[in-house]
Amino acid sequence: MTDTIEEAPASIGQPKRRKEDARLLMGETEWTDNIQLPGTLHMAFLRSSIAHAKILRIDTSAAKLAEGVVHVYTGEDFPGQPGSTCVWPVTADIVMTHYPAICTDEVRYGGDVVAVVLATERYLAADALDLIDVDYEPLPAVVDMEEALKEGSPLVHESAGTNRCYTHNMPCGDYEAAKAKADVVVSRRFINQRLIPSPMETRAVVAAPQGMADEITLWTSTQIPHVLRVLLALLTGIPENQIRVVAPDVGGGFGGKLQISREEVLALILAKRLGRPVKWSETRSENMVAMHHGRDQIQDIEIAATKDGKLLGMKVDLLADMGAYLQIITPGTPLLGMFMYSGIYKMEALDFTCTGVYTNKTTTDAYRGAGRPESTFAIERIMDELAAELGMEPMELRKLNWVKHEEFPFTNVAGLTYDTGNYEAATERALELFGYDELRAEQAARRAAGDPVQLGIGISTFTEMCGLAPSRTLGALNYVAGGWEHCTLRVLPTGKVELVTGTAPHGQGHATVWSQIAADVIGVPFEDIEVIYGDTGRAPYGMDTYGSRSLAVGGQAIKVAGERLVEKARIIAAHQLEVSPEDIEFNKGVYSVKGDPEKSNTIQGIAFAAFTAHNLPPGVEPTLHGEATVDPIDFSYPHGTHLAAMEVDTETGKVTLRKYVAVDDCGIQINPMIVEGQVHGGLAQGIAQAMYEGALYDNDGNLLTASMGEYLLPSSADLPSFITDRTVTPSTTHPLGTKGIGEAGAIASTPAIINGVVDAIRHLGVNDVLMPASPQNVWRAIQAAQNGGAA
Amino acid sequence: MIPSAFDYVRAGTVDEAVAALVAGGEDAKVLGGGQSLIPVLRLRLNNPSLIVDVSTVDEMRSIVDEGSSLLIGAAVTTDAVMKDAGVQADIPLLAITAATVADRAIRHRGTFGGSCAHADPAGDLPTVAQALDAEFVIAGPGGRRTVAAKDFFLDFFTTAVGPDEVLVAVRVPKLGAGWGVNYQKFQRTAQAWAIVGVAAAVKTEGGTITGARIALTNMGATPIRASSVEAALIGGPATIEAIKAASASAADGTKPTSDTHATADFRSHLARVHTARAVAKAAGI
Ligand SMILES: Cc1cc2nc3c(=O)[nH]c(=O)nc-3n(C[C@H](O)[C@H](O)[C@H](O)COP(=O)(O)OP(=O)(O)OC[C@H]3O[C@@H](n4cnc5c(N)ncnc54)[C@H](O)[C@@H]3O)c2cc1C
Repeated sequence: MTDTIEEAPASIGQPKRRKEDARLLMGETEWTDNIQLPGTLHMAFLRSSIAHAKILRIDTSAAKLAEGVVHVYTGEDFPGQPGSTCVWPVTADIVMTHYPAICTDEVRYGGDVVAVVLATERYLAADALDLIDVDYEPLPAVVDMEEALKEGSPLVHESAGTNRCYTHNMPCGDYEAAKAKADVVVSRRFINQRLIPSPMETRAVVAAPQGMADEITLWTSTQIPHVLRVLLALLTGIPENQIRVVAPDVGGGFGGKLQISREEVLALILAKRLGRPVKWSETRSENMVAMHHGRDQIQDIEIAATKDGKLLGMKVDLLADMGAYLQIITPGTPLLGMFMYSGIYKMEALDFTCTGVYTNKTTTDAYRGAGRPESTFAIERIMDELAAELGMEPMELRKLNWVKHEEFPFTNVAGLTYDTGNYEAATERALELFGYDELRAEQAARRAAGDPVQLGIGISTFTEMCGLAPSRTLGALNYVAGGWEHCTLRVLPTGKVELVTGTAPHGQGHATVWSQIAADVIGVPFEDIEVIYGDTGRAPYGMDTYGSRSLAVGGQAIKVAGERLVEKARIIAAHQLEVSPEDIEFNKGVYSVKGDPEKSNTIQGIAFAAFTAHNLPPGVEPTLHGEATVDPIDFSYPHGTHLAAMEVDTETGKVTLRKYVAVDDCGIQINPMIVEGQVHGGLAQGIAQAMYEGALYDNDGNLLTASMGEYLLPSSADLPSFITDRTVTPSTTHPLGTKGIGEAGAIASTPAIINGVVDAIRHLGVNDVLMPASPQNVWRAIQAAQNGGAA
Repeated sequence: MIPSAFDYVRAGTVDEAVAALVAGGEDAKVLGGGQSLIPVLRLRLNNPSLIVDVSTVDEMRSIVDEGSSLLIGAAVTTDAVMKDAGVQADIPLLAITAATVADRAIRHRGTFGGSCAHADPAGDLPTVAQALDAEFVIAGPGGRRTVAAKDFFLDFFTTAVGPDEVLVAVRVPKLGAGWGVNYQKFQRTAQAWAIVGVAAAVKTEGGTITGARIALTNMGATPIRASSVEAALIGGPATIEAIKAASASAADGTKPTSDTHATADFRSHLARVHTARAVAKAAGI
């Protein structure tokens, strides 16, 4: 060939603008709360204002007579009906408990539901709540985990006889033997505080009988339409094939919408029972007590090393606050990090124990990172403490112990095999962008001058696991579901493409990224692909979106489905061009005869031929589509090096984040702009845990941070311009070489910040600060250190 | 949450507003910019049956230069206060403090009068009014009266404005030449309320402090004058050491609350530190 063909750039790797944004930015989308169906009844929930009490009597008579009120229900109307369920009984002897749709005899946290009003208008439903009279007999509240485990503690669930939900132990190697060899053993207690996920869109649900067959459609602001449909069927007895779950555009979830909620269960049951649409839209105040919370662990961490800084072993003893009930993966969430406590480092032994504890607080469950932020915090914080103890530069200690580039694949102490990684490259780039040496010099100068504002450098060299998960692994962990993902690709008769995915985006931009993958695999324009998701009626198979799994698992299904489609079309093309399939070349959507490129057809042309079916090869069925349901062969392990320069005003305790460098390695990037967005959002959330957020309860179990006035979220005004870059070490467990990036920022940044704060004031005798590193917590740590003894 | 039902009247004049309040009885509430009242309604912390909106009353939306003072209409927005050339020139302490209130959207709606009438102890603008000895012009069924700042702020969320009265305007004296000003707002996020705030106006002549007006935000039920600090400063040298020494008494006699952001003792510490910082900055050192 003499002609040079203008190569169309591959779609993968391009920072394509998000297909989703126009409708979102112009207010043209339909959120669940925008759905208005004629004849709707609005639900309002009466929630307990007390953390723990017996319900003596509920008088709904006045509410029932109120304007617009159609029904008022209490627990008596739904005897035995669960409002949620736990699919992860982590140990054989775990104490499982009933989570009622509506409480009958006892409330167990502030926000527990005692009655539900259905009225013709939302405001009238809210008014009627004030008319319901409940007599409570207060019971002592279980608030503190350590108190809860003591003999004689009041019980969250009297019938359980204990507040201990489970204890899970995973010994890897012989920790005691490793410790016996150690010159240095450092122990610390870290507190991973309770967090409130706070998505921009609070929860909302509409359930409506459709009048066709017996189907009920449930629109809900969820991350898990598919899993939810199964669980709703199991919990309500309504046949699964009569339930359609639709997640319209969802305004963020961060794990908070990875749940089956009593509000969804009741909406479905009541819409079925009453034959009318039922709707509920959560207020922010309600969201802060009623949507599940995240984190809340006390971590007792011990690390053993030689005097030269070689790590020997680590002991992890966790108390994890379950809250009042178990929901979808409440007990498993802290265990999602158990394989990752050794981080990127080599060691001989890891002894992991976690005890789940019931308390009279909002249930905890997945929150961005789920388990891995906690493990990363523990290892990265204790590495700094060990470095201080040994008098070593904290980065040098890390370099000495991390897995070297040439040592991959590497099986860590807990048995996970990290396929690839290059910690040296990410670290080198981060140090360069940060100006590490200059900042260390400034730090020394400020210390020497006794500057009231001190400078600290925080390091986090992290890895995490995503791509939840090989189904076999999940089975071994007692998790009651698989980890596969599905894709169907259809080239329609007109050449337009439908991509049906089982992932459930809620802000991530899947429609854009999935289109990029499919555009390259099947050779059609990016613009011609419509991505269908979040509706069990239109996208029937899927395992949804959480744990940075969507590209890591769902992306594989797209590639395989696309390849199957291409092969089917190749057979049709060969038949029509009268050659054998081996003689057909496929390039960017065009099938041509090898050596005779004039003889060709496009994939769109073949789709039309597959539709008319006038001339198909024998045994080939009409229509052009490809399907795949893929189970990942293993997790993928994004990693990176994050560095934070922290200023601490020693007179007031005020902490300022001056500079933040994040170099991430998520393998091949399909859309670098979207990766950048995920990194920024993740950083904001991880930094927020370190500096701003924290749910606080008083001794009676009242949530003190029940509004955004007390529960502080940072805005862009509080964050510096992040300096980011990526190194690219392709994953070998993913056919596209990609790894997840949805949670990396949130996982890496929290310890970077706290290490930086401690580094700034370590010379004052401080070796830890409580999160969030609020002025008060930091100032108190300094005061305590100055008044003798470490904080 | 969502509010209970209420009636709504938009007043065209101050007299109309007062008449509506009288007719509405105890259960009527004035609406300024709504940036505090609407959240209160939504949380059902208060369920007034009548809302009287004064945000479009012309008389209450202007700033009048009276020579030695500015008469600032109660319905002038925080944003307008902050950007007004007269305020910037003659009462810079008010302009710089207004710029620290909440965020742009809230400053565009919230009003100077509403902030003072609401009397949140964490409010920034009442502190300036207290520091500068502002006067409050109040209209009621019996006519108009003027109340001095020291008699205006009575308790948490409580002022001299009666249930059937409207705050019409705030008269803020000009300080004149030779004064430097500063507002220290200690907050956890850029758009949060003050944990502690300190407003300072300081006059220095030849290295000596000859005038000092200092008031504290969120150190008690109302904005509080740090009179002992003022007394200790006046006549003393404008040096860091002298200012720090004088500021040591900033928290004396205050009654700060404890909440999730700060305990009372930490607030007292912050008040001392920030009084010193505010005075030093106001004095140009
Ligand atoms: C998120 C957020 C952050 C904020 N941060 C700050 C901050 O950092 N600093 C700060 O100082 N403020 C802050 N505010 C409060 C803001 O400044 C409010 O606007 C102000 O406190 C009240 O002014 P308004 O005009 O909105 O009053 P409204 O909300 O309309 O009314 C408040 C109260 O004053 C009464 N009232 C209003 N006008 C009059 C009048 N003319 N006569 C008699 N009574 C009247 C009302 O009846 C009501 O009781 C914040 C508000 C929000 C929502």
